[in-house]
Amino acid sequence: MVEMTGAKAFVKSLEREGVETMFGVTGGALLPICDELYSSDLRFVMARHEQGASHMADGYARASGRVGVCMATSGPGATNLVTGIATANIDSAPMVAFTGQVPQSMIGTDAFQEVDIIGITASAAKYNIQVRSPSEIPHAVKSAFYIASTGRQGAVLVDLPKDCLVDSEEMVFPDTVHFRGYNLNPHPNPSEMDWAATLLAKARRPVILAGGGVIAADASENLIQLASLIMAPVATTLMGKGSIPNDHPLCSGLCGMHGTGASNMLMSEADVILVVGARMSDRTTAKLDEFNPEAKVVHIDIDRSEIDKNVETVTRVIGDAKLALQGITERLSRALQTSSKNEEWLKRMELFRKQYEVPEYPANPHLRATQVVKALRGALPRDALVTTEVGQNQMWAALYFDVYGPRTFFSSGGLGTMGWGFPAAIGVKAARPEVPVVDIAGDGSFGMTENNLATCVEDDLPVIVVVLNNRILGMVAQWQRLFYGHRYKAVELGTTPDFVKLAEAYGAVGVRPTTIPNFEEAVKQAVKDNVTTVIDVSIDPEENVFPMVPAGRGLTDIILEVRSEESTPPTAPGGREKTEITVGD
Amino acid sequence: MNETTIAFLVENKPGVLFNVSNMFRRRGYNIDSISVGAIENPELARMTVTVKADRRALNQIVEQLSKMVDVVNVKRLDPMRTIMREMLLIKVNTNDPMAREEVLYHVNAYHGLILNIEPESLIAEVTGEPGVIDEFIVKISPVGIEEISRTGVTALEKGHLKL
Repeated sequence: MVEMTGAKAFVKSLEREGVETMFGVTGGALLPICDELYSSDLRFVMARHEQGASHMADGYARASGRVGVCMATSGPGATNLVTGIATANIDSAPMVAFTGQVPQSMIGTDAFQEVDIIGITASAAKYNIQVRSPSEIPHAVKSAFYIASTGRQGAVLVDLPKDCLVDSEEMVFPDTVHFRGYNLNPHPNPSEMDWAATLLAKARRPVILAGGGVIAADASENLIQLASLIMAPVATTLMGKGSIPNDHPLCSGLCGMHGTGASNMLMSEADVILVVGARMSDRTTAKLDEFNPEAKVVHIDIDRSEIDKNVETVTRVIGDAKLALQGITERLSRALQTSSKNEEWLKRMELFRKQYEVPEYPANPHLRATQVVKALRGALPRDALVTTEVGQNQMWAALYFDVYGPRTFFSSGGLGTMGWGFPAAIGVKAARPEVPVVDIAGDGSFGMTENNLATCVEDDLPVIVVVLNNRILGMVAQWQRLFYGHRYKAVELGTTPDFVKLAEAYGAVGVRPTTIPNFEEAVKQAVKDNVTTVIDVSIDPEENVFPMVPAGRGLTDIILEVRSEESTPPTAPGGREKTEITVGD
Repeated sequence: MNETTIAFLVENKPGVLFNVSNMFRRRGYNIDSISVGAIENPELARMTVTVKADRRALNQIVEQLSKMVDVVNVKRLDPMRTIMREMLLIKVNTNDPMAREEVLYHVNAYHGLILNIEPESLIAEVTGEPGVIDEFIVKISPVGIEEISRTGVTALEKGHLKL
């Protein structure tokens, strides 16, 4: 046992966890920690706003599979982290957030920069801890990393009152921690796997829905192996994108509100649906009552509370997705003499692919978003990593930007946090400096966290931002066009800022290509130079994201295009019946 | 929807009661009664919650509770195999001598105790199953209830059954 200050014990605890990089914004309550970091090798990446720091840590975690660490001072610093904590937690990204806190003697007195961050994050984080003495710090840090990185991963917050950082005590650095209420058993029950395998062996029209859990469990290969064995098409959730390569013959693409026709139709015609590590959120299932009521749903998840939460299952396999997929595959290979012949079923996938092809958006002076996103794919090396913002840019990226492996595509799925993609890209770059990292952005989202350009430049974390600039909050505008009679309100952003000048103001590169070849050239140049580059691409504010299932409809009510300049639909509240919607049959 | 009783052990430390009740609020479940107390192991406390919820919601409540790091063990109690008790303290207006007689009669009938007698009021204690307490309150309400305090349900399973 050695006596040291809480701040010293804190930095030592981080080092013991193998932390190399942390993201944050400092402040008064963190001064003792800064002073310890002064003489540590730990890299502290300075964000310009705490929300940015939290998303950087999140991106770092998703790209590396290791715990991302962020830190903010007490009060407003802490509250600014909350969006990032909720974002990481709902998407099951392992993250630990540290917040400064006023000294314990002042807690509860409404002191300067005091906020009850424990109360505030109670339902946003997986767990939170307020330290009560310096000697609790090593245990608290160990616990936070343990809980964030095990089971269903998530965000954990540790609140550090200033007196606990300043004062000295005898320290014990534990190698392990134990929580009797936190039982982790990654091993699936064999009889559950038997039952799942039996159902899948009998399936005539099997479909797999792969979620983020496949990627978190590093189970992509196992997923593909099982899918190939039973010749089941694999649809993915947004978080599951990359769990199977988009160019794999069994990959049917995104499922849900903006799912591909193939995924949504197959899901609706399947007799057995194997869900792997997905929450079955409203964006994936569309109208729950109409979500294939005939199908037998088999659900693999590490989090027992996800079973039957939204969709009723016939059987479940609780545990690690990799172990579960392995176990089921072994059982199936014994049961099936030959690999099953689902010729008819796979032909249906091909049929749906053709039937639900989205017609090209009519050419006009602007570039088309879909075209830009596809061109971006072509211009980037295969191993490039991509983040998205939230809204139309996100759905265009999800639908039209092909990825070829796990941990290559990152998006805020559950919370849908605009402004996430750019700082997350910085975190991704910190984790994987050797590959190009691109944020597919909209002008609205990028505007929310664009100040992190300073971090890119100052901390040498060059990322490429492709701004699909439609001068409007595109997704909300799309709904206003389709369901509210084109009555635009609070969506038009105007032509400010000039993103090229903005980039230059921060010492980054800004370019504004006006043709696809120019755009491709700009991307290649940015990759080659490895400097922070904002590529501002003007697109049509009226371009919609299709396919789309309107809110409150079932998965098969797929809109592929709108032929009219006026508003739309018969079912939407307040809509006028003027527009012809092409709904695939 | 029937009332269901859920019992669970939690870490006996600050913030746990908040986290538990916060989970119910966050998921939109309404707690009908909650009681907490120390157990033989000073590191743990036992909570008993009663809720009205359908099968699916109940399942979620149990799973969401089980998932909480500081919740150790969760169980839905089978009403047929469980002893359930709740204690009531009740203050009744006894200005009218007839009222006093009436109160004494009911308290006796429900095996209650008189804990305090003042010139204008008295306080009685009644213990029983929650339904019995409800019944007692209905019977005594014409007399004039001044104040009521209920402990919430506490429960133990019979025989070898344990949490």
